[in-house]
Amino acid sequence: MANTNPDRDSTPWKTFALYVAWILAAIFFLAPIVWSVANSFKPAAAALADPVSLFSQTFSLENYRRLEGVGAGWTTYAANSVMIALGTVALTIAVAVPAGYGFSKFRFPGQTALFIVAMATLMIPFQSILTPLFLVLNFLKLQNSLLGLVLIYATFQLPFSIFMMRNAFDAVPKALIEAARIDGASQWTILRRIMMPIALPGVATVALFAFLNSWNEFLAALIFISDQNKFTLPIMLVNVSSGIYGIIDWGALQAGVTVTMIPCLVLFLLLQRYYVRGLTAGAVK
Amino acid sequence: MSRANVTNSTKANGVPPVPVAIREPIQWLGLALVVPSFVLIGFFFLLPLLMTVWMSFFDWPLLGKSHFIGLGNYVELIGETQLWHSLGFTALYTVLVSIALFAVSFPLALLVDKPLRAAGIFRTVYFMPVVIGFGAASTLWLWLLNPDSGVFARLLLDLGLVGSAPRPLENFWPTLGVVILMVVWKSAGFSMVILLTGLQSIPNELIEAAKIDGANAWSRFRRITVPLMRNSILLVLVLNVTSSMLAFDQFFIITQGGPQNSTISAVFSIFLASFTSYRLGYGAALSLVLLVVLVAISSVQLAFLRTRPEES
Repeated sequence: MANTNPDRDSTPWKTFALYVAWILAAIFFLAPIVWSVANSFKPAAAALADPVSLFSQTFSLENYRRLEGVGAGWTTYAANSVMIALGTVALTIAVAVPAGYGFSKFRFPGQTALFIVAMATLMIPFQSILTPLFLVLNFLKLQNSLLGLVLIYATFQLPFSIFMMRNAFDAVPKALIEAARIDGASQWTILRRIMMPIALPGVATVALFAFLNSWNEFLAALIFISDQNKFTLPIMLVNVSSGIYGIIDWGALQAGVTVTMIPCLVLFLLLQRYYVRGLTAGAVK
Repeated sequence: MSRANVTNSTKANGVPPVPVAIREPIQWLGLALVVPSFVLIGFFFLLPLLMTVWMSFFDWPLLGKSHFIGLGNYVELIGETQLWHSLGFTALYTVLVSIALFAVSFPLALLVDKPLRAAGIFRTVYFMPVVIGFGAASTLWLWLLNPDSGVFARLLLDLGLVGSAPRPLENFWPTLGVVILMVVWKSAGFSMVILLTGLQSIPNELIEAAKIDGANAWSRFRRITVPLMRNSILLVLVLNVTSSMLAFDQFFIITQGGPQNSTISAVFSIFLASFTSYRLGYGAALSLVLLVVLVAISSVQLAFLRTRPEES
């Protein structure tokens, strides 16, 4: 190869080629999202006549109105999804933050064994224990309940979350804690004033993953919820996509896809920093 | 209990540099802190895991009495051709999708590994489909692929590339092809980010030194970049293989198992046994087989890539 310019490889042509490659790839990844959102705002006739174009003559919310007529209405399903996601976030944080703190800053018998058990949950996917989970939920009278789903989603968030929180608390230097203790700070003050500010980004990461994973989960929601007033957004989508009397309302489906994916995209774009932190935590493990 | 510990440790703090004050906090509080998480893990993970084993030896209908049938479920399972077909299909899908994901995400990672602001923006764009759920992504693609109302058919017709709207979901290989395309669209960004962390962990001096020694781009890539990225490559492969083995949403929604039941994945067949035929014992036996296969694959992959020293 031409190595005449060893320190910089930024000839104008190379930069141009780089941008072309960047933009082509961006079109591949963005186009389906943009098409879906664009078609959700088209009147049915315009969408059928030309699904490819991004804009139509008339901007219309009729798809969203028709989606409100599907089952209990999309706002009910969105509310269910929000409740499940927030419930999972709350429970995951309430349980994983103390656990991460306990594993990081305390020494107690059985610690290593317990940590390994928690991490083993990562190896064994919940898909393979669905059948008995169904019976456990029946036994607890939690079948067909949003709380049942929250409990399951939170449990399967735990390995990652405990791991994240243990690392977050590990990052608090011992010397800092000792200095505070010498200054007379109580255990509670140390936790609140020193530990939490340093561990807070870890909490944000845990919360973000708990939200996205429970919002997007499909299989457990499909199996454990049969009451149509309690469906989540992904289940609503499947019902719309299987059609009524064999006719699929594609406009309503696009409206549904849009309301399901937009919250995830917005959260990701706002909290990207915490998302990438979660991924790299897994990568360097 | 925690209250007592707090007063204890503050009392010990009365005298500044006594070693007792510097020791680890009280031990049992730590155990108390992790107990709630193990209540959840116990109830919703360990218990169901043991029940999977137990139930797999029973004829266990949804309603009515279950009775012990020993290895009956396993005997039936070995004789069922549909099961072997679905395991084979899952393996085929896993291999193809892992290759496709790697083939797309590695160049992507190289492409965005530039110290430019624009590179960061494109990285974000490529990652966006990852945060959309498989359920929503599958319904979105179901529409894109629809021959009458979808975008792809119209686009290909308008460009004059095809004479009539393609119906990819009517035959096996086109079906598999479009599902793989959809998964690549949805997940390539994830592999890209992990590979990128591997790329960025390679010290720049190493590359510079090789350049000075006259190594060309290809040999720098082959002799330095790839070997030093082995850990992230391994991680991407393990994660992609294990998650592909568990594929369900895309087949349930896009292909609905068709054409002719040829795209029923392993989890799909567990779903059908347990929640369509309501044969929970048989579903448990299937789950256990899948679980063993998965754990075996992860261990083999990890062992294989760990024991390979720097050869080549």
